[in-house]
Amino acid sequence: MKLKLHVWRQAGPSARGQFVTYETDASEHMSFLEMLDVVNEDLEEKGEDPIVFDSDCREGICGTCGMVINGRPHGPWKRTTVCQLHMREYSDGDEIWIEPWRADGFPVQKDLMVDRAAFDRIVAAGGYISVRTGSAPDANAIPVVQVNAEKSMDAASCIGCGACVAACPNASAMLFTSAKAAHLNLLPQGQPERYGRVLDMILTMEAESFGTCTNHGACENACPKEIKIDVIAMLNRDYMKALLKAS
Amino acid sequence: MRRVYSLYSTSVGKKYTMAVSGAIFVVFVIVHMFGNLKVYLGPEAFNHYAEGLREFGAPFLGHEWFLWVFRVGLLAFLLIHTVAAWQTSRQSWAARGQKYKKQEKLVFHYASRTMRWGGVALLLFVVYHILHLTTGTLHPDFIPGDAYHNFVTGFRSLPVVAVYFAAMIALGLHLYHGTWSAFQTMGLDGPRIKRWREPVAIGVALLVVLVNLSFPVAVYTGILQ
Amino acid sequence: MELRSKVPSGPIDQKWTKHKFDMKLVNPANKRKYHVIVVGSGLAGASASATLAELGYHVSCFTYHDSPRRAHSIAAQGGINAAKNYQGDGDSVFRLFYDTVKGGDFRAREANVYRLAEVSNEIIDQCVAQGIPFAREYGGLLDNRSFGGAQVSRTFYARGQTGQQLLLGAYQALMKEVHKGQVKLYNQCEMLDVVLVDGQARGIVTRHLVTGKIEVHLADAVALGTGGYSNAFYLSTNAMYCNVTAAWRAYRRGAGFANPCYTQIHPTCIPVAGDYQSKLTLMSESLRNDGRIWVSKQVDDDRAPGDIPEDQRDYYLERMYPAFGNLVPRDLASRRAKDMCDQGKGVGETKLGVYLDFEDAIQRLGADVIEARYGNLFEMYERITGEDPYRVPMRIYPAPHYTMGGLWVDYNLMTTVPGLYAIGEANFSDHGANRLGASALMQGVADGYFVLPYTIADYLAQAKLDPVAEDNQEVRGTVEEVESRIDRLLALDGDRTINSFHKELGRIVWDNCGMGRNATGLKEALEKIPVLRQEFWENAKVVGEGGSINQTLERAGRVADFLELAEVMCLDALVREESCGGHFREEHQTPEGEALRDDENFTHVTVWEYTGADTAPREHREPLEFENVPPTQRSYK
Repeated sequence: MKLKLHVWRQAGPSARGQFVTYETDASEHMSFLEMLDVVNEDLEEKGEDPIVFDSDCREGICGTCGMVINGRPHGPWKRTTVCQLHMREYSDGDEIWIEPWRADGFPVQKDLMVDRAAFDRIVAAGGYISVRTGSAPDANAIPVVQVNAEKSMDAASCIGCGACVAACPNASAMLFTSAKAAHLNLLPQGQPERYGRVLDMILTMEAESFGTCTNHGACENACPKEIKIDVIAMLNRDYMKALLKAS
Repeated sequence: MRRVYSLYSTSVGKKYTMAVSGAIFVVFVIVHMFGNLKVYLGPEAFNHYAEGLREFGAPFLGHEWFLWVFRVGLLAFLLIHTVAAWQTSRQSWAARGQKYKKQEKLVFHYASRTMRWGGVALLLFVVYHILHLTTGTLHPDFIPGDAYHNFVTGFRSLPVVAVYFAAMIALGLHLYHGTWSAFQTMGLDGPRIKRWREPVAIGVALLVVLVNLSFPVAVYTGILQ
Repeated sequence: MELRSKVPSGPIDQKWTKHKFDMKLVNPANKRKYHVIVVGSGLAGASASATLAELGYHVSCFTYHDSPRRAHSIAAQGGINAAKNYQGDGDSVFRLFYDTVKGGDFRAREANVYRLAEVSNEIIDQCVAQGIPFAREYGGLLDNRSFGGAQVSRTFYARGQTGQQLLLGAYQALMKEVHKGQVKLYNQCEMLDVVLVDGQARGIVTRHLVTGKIEVHLADAVALGTGGYSNAFYLSTNAMYCNVTAAWRAYRRGAGFANPCYTQIHPTCIPVAGDYQSKLTLMSESLRNDGRIWVSKQVDDDRAPGDIPEDQRDYYLERMYPAFGNLVPRDLASRRAKDMCDQGKGVGETKLGVYLDFEDAIQRLGADVIEARYGNLFEMYERITGEDPYRVPMRIYPAPHYTMGGLWVDYNLMTTVPGLYAIGEANFSDHGANRLGASALMQGVADGYFVLPYTIADYLAQAKLDPVAEDNQEVRGTVEEVESRIDRLLALDGDRTINSFHKELGRIVWDNCGMGRNATGLKEALEKIPVLRQEFWENAKVVGEGGSINQTLERAGRVADFLELAEVMCLDALVREESCGGHFREEHQTPEGEALRDDENFTHVTVWEYTGADTAPREHREPLEFENVPPTQRSYK
């Protein structure tokens, strides 16, 4: 199939970007990123700079890839990262607009690649349980209510791709922060640090250049792991409790 | 004080204050609507009710004392609600310097997208509404003390009715997403509450909008004279 | 090159305990004076960084990803083994040790494997305390499953995302130390060489992938947790960025490379669809519990699977291995699938695939049960192939998945270069010639949390570590070599893209050093690879400049190293005149076509020493002794 791609090209973080149009011939069996690989291969053969985009596992688990395709983070398929999107979705003559995650919290590094280190800083602020290696009690010493273990796993399945921020009309990082906090706060092991964690993670999130959550729910609809905004409600609740407990 | 500051220093905290102040307004518009229903009981009942508001708390409270405390309180909450909305909006606008060329709206509620400009519209409406029916400044035939008269004559003009219609639609959307949103922001999402959040939000919005709209309709169609 | 394994004396179950006591310690107050570089932030790298930092060492951790959490450990699906015996089904440290040695086809070092089995229990304790949401039973205790044909249920799992959850645990522990300032994290920073001063590893040279800046980082010791080299095959289940560069640069600086020919081919992957294919996708082995593998009995049968009647189907695994059927170990399942395709019975457009059919299981158990068990895998399959596995049988084909070979390390995980350590998949130590399911995660975490942080003290406490200045001659020399290599790559202005070289190399390695190997093919590959390498340096093309993100340049450096490694892989496969585990030499098989080991001549580790760019590497051997698990022939009939 013949496709017309409008791809965002930006030489560096402070450079002005623009859309550049490419035409390509794709097979329906290709993945979306393989289609771009082929475009890049052609560019390289012509001696032009290939389109920079980040991707690693191409199995939908590492969270490295991500781009906004025709206005939708990771493209049109539900529960799917862009690396798993396949060209069957498109047909001959289609025009596709490809943009990077657009958020000041994720500055563009080049073309479609953005810097998501802000997520690491949010985790570093409190997204962990402090346990020195070797000091843990027997794994079965503390039973965990099965339902909570499952809910915790739901939240923990976040791949940190940033689609939630990309989709949010406010470019807010609440779904990511909440998922990370919920994963730990739902487990008995996470209780001792629970409220400090919530305060620290929220304060760090605020210090980054993200917007505010206004409960649109766009994040939930874009999340390739279908993490629900219930975790945001939980973070909100824990935040208030944390303020009441803070001394 | 540190807690209050901490509350207000984060967007999560600001949203909380918006949720709490918003909840107060939800209660207020319901009470306001309920009070206005007395207009259907005739001029006497309605004027009596209006007068009663001024004398509320007597003899312990003096004339209009309650009303003024109430007004100042509402104004304070309005200020908090608006300032928080303004600040969080600015933060969000700043968070996406470069806009998308294309962006699909993946939001749940269409209403959620109208909160900001709908809120501004409501603010302007509140000003108009006060100038219209409280102070009478923008009323063609205002008689201080005769609430029923002001009420009925106020809705005889089509443009005025149109303004109220538009405002009630904005209010409905704002109430719907606002009510739902307040539950979410305050973290009220236990399994039972969660089931009722959406119906409650729709119910509140529909109730307030429909009843409030019945007044201009009733006047305009001649049911209320 | 001297290979001293440093295995402690004494009975196997007391070696590690004794060794921990015998090792020198670093005084708590002195630990902060030592600086350790950890390269890689996967399970091994992140857990080692976090633990070293907790102990008080000053740590620098490097990753070429934008976040440490992206490392490929994240893609492991199945689970992690531990000898907890929570199921009361007779498991023990010794049984896990025994199974692992046997599974590795008696080509692993017994003492290392025993230690692995021993610390496996501590791993689970540690991970649960970190908040890893392992699957639980209704009563709230940990659930286990049986995996990879093990006869006990010892695998702990977090849905199909165990690797992700373990990595997040290690990543979080790492970020905690980053926050405290105990670890300095270098994102998007690729290691391009090891710095040796007076024969000791004293630092690394890196290129920052965003700014292109070449920097030297000095320390008292260096640990490489840089993963495996399956991408030498071009198409593998490894992530796009996985590469051998760090390990290969260490090899070129004098670290021995052990058993490079031991590679694991996983039987249940989605077949290649076309030329443009960038990588292969693994589907959990658990599918073989209910799916039946078959091909048509006819050669070149173009009928749709549904049109092939039952009596014309060959359920070849069930036919050949009545006792284990479709559940034979990975290497067997893979090889038999290749045989079928070689005979012209392959299925699908490319004829490189066999059917994995769920029709019987759906009839027997109902589609609901199958969906509950494998729903997410079916969905993934459908997403990639566009075919509905509830109606049409899946097509599967083996794909390179894991490399058991790697940098040679002693019992302390130190390579042949003093002060240079290798952990996780990057080393060769624990899996012998074949890795069992759910053992990779176990080894990565064991090395990082429980072994390296203690053994490294023994070195630091005794080594003579004089301060090294950045303008030291050896340091400058290494930096200059890295710079000139990058300049050389950037200057490449031929006709062929980097990818085309990688693809061609992958083809050669897959055809000649893949599932089945023979002397003729290997010799052919050994002729082709140097020619291709030479063409690379003459006719490859690298566009762009070095001062900003340049993914072509990154790939070029990695492919150049694969072009060198591939040759040693083939050489290693050629000299190992036996079949064992993942290494199957067609000349060495039983009359039934099973792997035939030669214990008399090959019970050893082959270690390759770099002797120069234009000279053949030197072969060394570390003899292996089996005192606790006497070697036997594996049989799954």
